[in-house]
Parts: sequence; structure tokens; C-alpha cells
Amino acid sequence: MRHIMAKSLAPTDSIRDYMAAQEKKSLLRFLTCGSVDDGKSTLIGRLLSDTKQIFEDQLAALEKDSRKHGTTGDDIDFALLVDGLEAEREQGITIDVAYRFFATPKRKFIVADTPGHEQYTRNMATGASTADLAIVLIDARQGVLRQTRRHSIIASLLGIRHIVLAVNKIDLVGFDKTVFDRIVADYDEFARELGFVSVVPIPMSARFGDNVTSRSERTPWYSGPSLIEHLETVSVDEAAVELPFRFPVQYVNRPNLDFRGFAGTVASGSVSQGDEVVVAKSGKASRVKRIVAQGGDLEQAVAGQAITLVLEDEVEVSRGNLLVSPAARPQVADQFAANIVWFDEQALLPGRSYILRTETDQVSATVTELKYRVNVNDFAHEAAKSLDINEVGVCNLSTRAPIAFDPFAENRTTGAFILIDRITNATVGAGMILHSLRRAENIHWQSLDVGKRGRSDLKNQRPAVFWFTGLSGSGKSTIANLFEKKLFASGRHTYILDGDNVRHGLNRDLGFTDADRVENIRRVAEVAKLMADAGLIVIVSFISPFSAERRMARELMAEGEFVEVFVDTPFEECARRDPKGLYARALSGEIKNFTGVDSPYEAPQNPEIHLKTLGRSPQEMAEALEHWLTERDIAEEQYDNGGGI
Amino acid sequence: MNIALTHLQRLEAESIHIFREVAASFSKPVMLYSVGKDSSVLMHLAMKAFYPAKPPFPFLHVDTTWKFREMIAFRDQMAQKLGFDLLVHVNEDGVREGINPFDHGSNTHTHVMKTVALRQALDKYGFDAAFGGARRDEEKSRAKERIFSFRNAQHAWDPKNQRPEMWKIFNTRIAPGESIRVFPLSNWTELDIWQYILQENIPIVPLYFAKERPVVERDGMLILKDDERMQLRPGEAVENRLVRFRTLGCYPLTGAIESEADTLEAIVGEMLTARTSERQGRLIDRDEAGSMEKKKREGYF
Repeated sequence: MRHIMAKSLAPTDSIRDYMAAQEKKSLLRFLTCGSVDDGKSTLIGRLLSDTKQIFEDQLAALEKDSRKHGTTGDDIDFALLVDGLEAEREQGITIDVAYRFFATPKRKFIVADTPGHEQYTRNMATGASTADLAIVLIDARQGVLRQTRRHSIIASLLGIRHIVLAVNKIDLVGFDKTVFDRIVADYDEFARELGFVSVVPIPMSARFGDNVTSRSERTPWYSGPSLIEHLETVSVDEAAVELPFRFPVQYVNRPNLDFRGFAGTVASGSVSQGDEVVVAKSGKASRVKRIVAQGGDLEQAVAGQAITLVLEDEVEVSRGNLLVSPAARPQVADQFAANIVWFDEQALLPGRSYILRTETDQVSATVTELKYRVNVNDFAHEAAKSLDINEVGVCNLSTRAPIAFDPFAENRTTGAFILIDRITNATVGAGMILHSLRRAENIHWQSLDVGKRGRSDLKNQRPAVFWFTGLSGSGKSTIANLFEKKLFASGRHTYILDGDNVRHGLNRDLGFTDADRVENIRRVAEVAKLMADAGLIVIVSFISPFSAERRMARELMAEGEFVEVFVDTPFEECARRDPKGLYARALSGEIKNFTGVDSPYEAPQNPEIHLKTLGRSPQEMAEALEHWLTERDIAEEQYDNGGGI
Repeated sequence: MNIALTHLQRLEAESIHIFREVAASFSKPVMLYSVGKDSSVLMHLAMKAFYPAKPPFPFLHVDTTWKFREMIAFRDQMAQKLGFDLLVHVNEDGVREGINPFDHGSNTHTHVMKTVALRQALDKYGFDAAFGGARRDEEKSRAKERIFSFRNAQHAWDPKNQRPEMWKIFNTRIAPGESIRVFPLSNWTELDIWQYILQENIPIVPLYFAKERPVVERDGMLILKDDERMQLRPGEAVENRLVRFRTLGCYPLTGAIESEADTLEAIVGEMLTARTSERQGRLIDRDEAGSMEKKKREGYF
């Protein structure tokens, strides 16, 4: 009967012995990658099957699945074991990474089976980010392909130093040594620049098991190890414990006034009670008083351990900072260069603001310069204005506040970050820091004696930035013009920044691509900020189609200073009015990248002022705006005078 | 200097890191407590992660009203002993409609009393992150899931469009109404769980240990007759057999195994020679092909 468990064969003592032996085994995390249909999933199925990791009920389910979805005739289709999503089994492809676990008498393994399709490169990168070795599969009939190269470059960028080059389906080329040799030579030629420590080529048939767990008699010309032999013995020790001490503070544990512990995972090095440590961002020093753990304090902790540190002194430390060795400190900077792998359908645009996240820190960041894009075929450095999905490039970044880091090449934990889209919250890119940029260190803020408050008080007003956004022809300029006239008449100091006018001067070098639109807004937002600092009421009248840039502008200004005005006129009405004849030309294809026609407009979700223009006169709306400003100023005055501070 | 961490130390550190990341990044986390062995390990790790403080979040048990009685007793006893904040949620609509696994089948019962109940509880309290004890080695769609797994405002999982998850840098950002399911045990195997329970001496529900229990053989499974709500069908008889459970859920849907393993060592010994997976004893996974994935897309853990 199936519900009877096999009796335990071993007495209690030997179970304890067995466990002790298990505990001493090392762990290897690896991934399988390469192009579509090179046999990645099949190889993992083979590994799991040959190392006896597949249970009887799973095997029965697999046989059933193979009959339904299989692509291997009457044989079991091992790919169905790892392609765990319905869509994957139906389409016969791998979409996302699957993690599987197996062990041999010598080692434990976590394997990430990653997809080969270019569109799922982000999932391959996910699997690679935690791996120490990559098995790059190649179909012996196809040789080195574009995806083989792309995956090898990404593996290299993500810090993988060990490659197994699995020349698979060797049975389909008659176990021909010359085919194998030619592929190996091709790959070596290409991979020379990728900095791998070891590249071990193995001729293989994942489907039939040749050279997977044992050496095959059908490749007598091959004298190297089988795949399992190699995986069991390859040394990938990163020796993170040999590196300087790095402790990203993750969580401040403060259950009561008597206890303040800094919780986190030791990224590298080790720490002992009594050690001197330094707070990376402030340079303040203290000593480790206790390493707290349930069941008794620890004397020492090493890389990889999740611990709680108590310091001797009350130093200021919060999440996102690092505690480090005083002898070898990380870099602290707000401008640095990095390799970036881009994951998102929306291209990376220099000038656009993203959220940059390290293991525990989070800060606004923009790419200030895209230095070059890497061509995955020949490593050529190509000039580019944006990075598209699955592309790799080198960028300069600027963060709103300094972060503490090491170059990725020196420390995989403290040198990595991800980029997050501010609107969708999607993870849009991964970054590996190269080095800090000198110029950040040499430019400091000049402090000035006359301030914004003084300048605006002299004008007897509060600065504000009225940011008009809306389609071309929606009425922005007309309303802005009337609004300014009213303010002027009541003695206020104002300035209008108009999209068309600014494009004749400051922004005359910019076109209408997404990248240029982002830069257009960045510049005008910075100018508006300077004008607000001068005490002015600024009226910005720009289409500003992307919510990310409007948010960036908002965050540049002081609290309450940014007033988003959505001039909401339906597309049909704008096209009908067509004051400059542009819609007619855009709709006929004569003008490219026209907002609302072939370039998107992202309407504001929560504007301070929403002007639905249909049926309302510009005069009436300008009055409404003036009324809004008066109300705001009265409210703020009451707050100031009412002892509210 | 002895520097190499053991396998279990590495797993423990990874899980603790995940717990702390959630506590630092979310405003209202909760831990789903299902009373099984994985929940016991999860709870043990949560206590360690925040020591000397208590875990800064409540524990939620979604009670289908069909759990083994011993599970409920164990749950209440643990809550008292460890002093954590225990929330129990029952889908009262389902109770009123009399939804049960015998008349409505495992599919409907699980959907109404577990998946819908969970969604109700998450909405009621407004939790933005929920820990679960799922492991990637359990089932093939779970092998595909991220550690921080995004759910939209309808609690649905979109397996074809998961966020990349790089290194240990977790994207914890969500819009109002959205949430993240977090799986600190993602990289543990069933054997790791048992070895850790043995090493740390973690209390578990006694049903995991072999004992003479009254069981009925039904649909190829041994079902424990836990209370009077289970009616015998013609030809069925209650027998006392030496059995234990490898996994625990609703008693009418969970098969016992015949076993003599009455100590943790014996259970580990049994594991080493096991030829079937633990979820074999769970009726709900086998209702239809891809059934776990389907349930997860609807909001099941």
C-alpha cells in the first residue's frame, strides 16, 4: 500500500552521526543557462533523477504529464519536472527561474533553472545573482549563439567566476570530437575577456545521461570529469570572511529604553566582542559591547551570520548605514559609475529619477550619463541615449544622499543595488558599482547669507511653482497667461516658463524622444527651483507627459511649494482646436513622437488642481487659480502666527 | 578560527534576515500560523530574529473549523507559552452555508474556508505583508516563487510576471491595497526542517509522532476519524492503527501513514528512506493538474 512508510533502517545513534556528516557538507549554488531549447530543464531533471531526488508520486505525475505535454515521444520529459507553471508546460518553454535542491554524498546543491528566451532575461539574472557557478548549455548542432553570449556576459557581470560549458545533445552530432572542439574554441575565444577563473567544457547528452553523473563510454576521446564529479569538487570559495568587516544595519531593535541593538547580516569579514567599529557615513567610532543571540551572547560572528550588535556608545546609526572595520573603510559618495542590466519594457532614461536600493539603504537616484551600451555579440562599446530591456551598459549615477559601498568586484554584497520605478514600483534594473566619481568630492555647497525666506518676504509673498500639465492645445498657455496677469495686477512677482519658449533657448539642443523629454523636464524643474529660491511665484507650462518627471519636479521643491495643475481637455477637443496645426501633421505621420498620438500622456492621479476645461472660460479658471493661491497663503499665515510651530 | 557555517546555520541566517527585512520595511506585517511543523520552525526563527524583543507582528491562524483537535490545542498552548499575539479568523459566511469537505469536496471547501477566509482576514486587518511557511521543494509551482512574492489588490499572484529578485536586495515597495507574501523557508527542504527541529528541540504537534489512532481507509488514504462529523460510508470501518502524519491540514483531507516513528530521530531516519513526497498525503494538490498554481493565483498561500 502506498501510505506505508518504509521503516527506518538506522538506529538513533547513526541518525545523529548522519546528521553531523550532513552538516559538514558544503553547499554549491549554481544555475543552468544558455539559449532556448539547449536542454537546461532536461539536464536538471536528469540530475534530480540520477541522484534519486524524485519521489515515486512525483515520478507517476511526471509520466502522466509527459503523455499530455511531453516533447520526447514515449520517454519521460524531465523538463516537465521543473517547468512548474501551467503556461510553461503548455508552451513547452521555461518562463521563470525554478529552484531545486539535491545532494550527493559529497555536497549539497541548490540549482536555479533559468529561462533561455531573451524576453525573460531578468529571470535568468535573478537566478544568477545568488549563484557561484553557471552551467552554460550549448546545443552541439547550433554552437555558440547570441543568448549564450548574453547569459555569459550577465553571469560575468554578476560576479560568477566558474563556468561549466555543457556541450549538450552530443548524441545528435554522432559524438563527434571535432564538433566539440570547435565549439569549445569558439567559446574560449569569446569568453577570454569575461574574467572567469575556470571554464570546464564537458560533452554531454542530458537526455540520455552521457557524462552527467558518470563518464560515458560513447565519448572515449573525452578524459575530463563528468558533470557531477566536477560540481562535487570545484572550489568556488569567495572567502567573504577574509574581506574587511562590513555590517549593513537592517533593523534597529529597541524593545525598551535599556536595549538598543543593531540587527543585520554580516556581509563580509568577522567581528568580535570589544572590536572597534566605525559608522560608515559619519565616521563616528565605537566598540562592540555585545553580540546578542537567543541562548547566550556570541564571542564572535562571521560573514553570513544574522546577528544583533550592541555598541558601547550612543552613536547615531540607522537602517541603511554600515558598521565597518576602522582599518578598511568603504567609500561614501553620491556619484559613482556602475554596470547596469536593464529589465523593464520602458527604457532606462538618463535624467529620470529612480529609487536605488542596496541591501538595506534606499535613496532617489538618476542616471546622469549613459557612457556606453555593451554589444553582447562582440563587446563593442556603443554610444546610446537609453538602455532598452535586456541591455547592459555602463552609467554614471547621482543619488540624492550619499550611500556607503564597495566596488562590486571587491564585495558582492556591498557593491550591488537595484533600481525601482517610482510609479509602478517594478524592479527595473540591477547595478554593480565600479567606482565613485571624483567630481562629487570636489564640489561643495556654497552657503549664502540671504535666504529664500528673506527674498520672498521682501516681495511680500510666498514662493510657489504652479506646474501646468496637459496635452498640446489643452489651453495651458492661455490660462497661464491670464493667471500671471492677475497675479501681476495684484502686485506679485511672477515668471512663466513656457515649453515652447524654453525650447528656443536653454533646451534648443533637445528633441522629442523619451530621453530628451526627460531631460527637458529635468532642466526646467531645476530652473523653476532656482526661481522659487529667488522668492518668485513660478508658472511652468509644459506638456510634461510622464508622471515620473512630474514627481521628480515635485520632490525638488520645498514641502507645499509644488502645485500640480492638470489642464484636462479631451484629446478629441485638443485635436479639433489644433491651434498650431500640429495635430493634423502628427496624425498624418509628418511629426513623430507627438504626445497623445504616438507618444503617451500619463494623466496626473492626484493633482492639487484639476481644471476640466470643457464648458469653462479661461478667465474663470484663472480666477479659480488665484483664489486657490490666496486661500493657501491665508492658511499658512494662520499657521505661522498661531504659534503652530 | 572556525569560520565555515553549517548548512542549517546558513539557512537560519537567511530566514532571520528575511524576517528583519519585513519588520523594517512594512507598516503592518503578519505571520500566517498554520500550526504545522513548518509553522513551528517559522515561529522559532521569528523569536530568534527579534530577540530580546518579541516579534513585532501578530500571528494569524485561518481556522477552517476542520483542523485536527490536537492542532487547535497545541496552537492555544503555544500562544500562551510564547506570549505572542494570536488572531484566529474563520469564514463565517462559509460556516453559515455549512461548507464542509465531505459534501462539497476538497476544492470548494479549501477555496471557501481557506483561500477566501485568508483574503477576508488580510483585508479586515489591512496587512501589507504576510509570512508563510511554504518551501520551494514542496511543489513545482512553489519552486518558481520569489521569496518576496507580490500580490495585487485582489491578492492574486501573477506567476508570469514576477519581479526580478536580485541578491538579498528585496523590493518591498507596494501601492496601497497591494501586499507581499514572504517565504522565509523558501530554500529549506523537508529534511532540513526535521533536522532543525531535532537540533533546536522545537515543539511540534504530537500528530507527527506514531501512535495508535482510529483511522478509516478512504480513497486510498488513511483518514483519522477526529470527531463525529465524519460519517462512515457503507463498507467502511474504523480501525486502530499505528500511524503518524507527515504533513497536517484539514483532517478529512489529510492522509496518515503507517509508521513506528515515535521520536524525532526515527522520523529523520524514515525521511532518509522515503520514496514518496510529503504532499502525497494532501488531497488538495491532486484535484486537477496545476491545482496548486491555480489556488495560489487566487490567493492561497
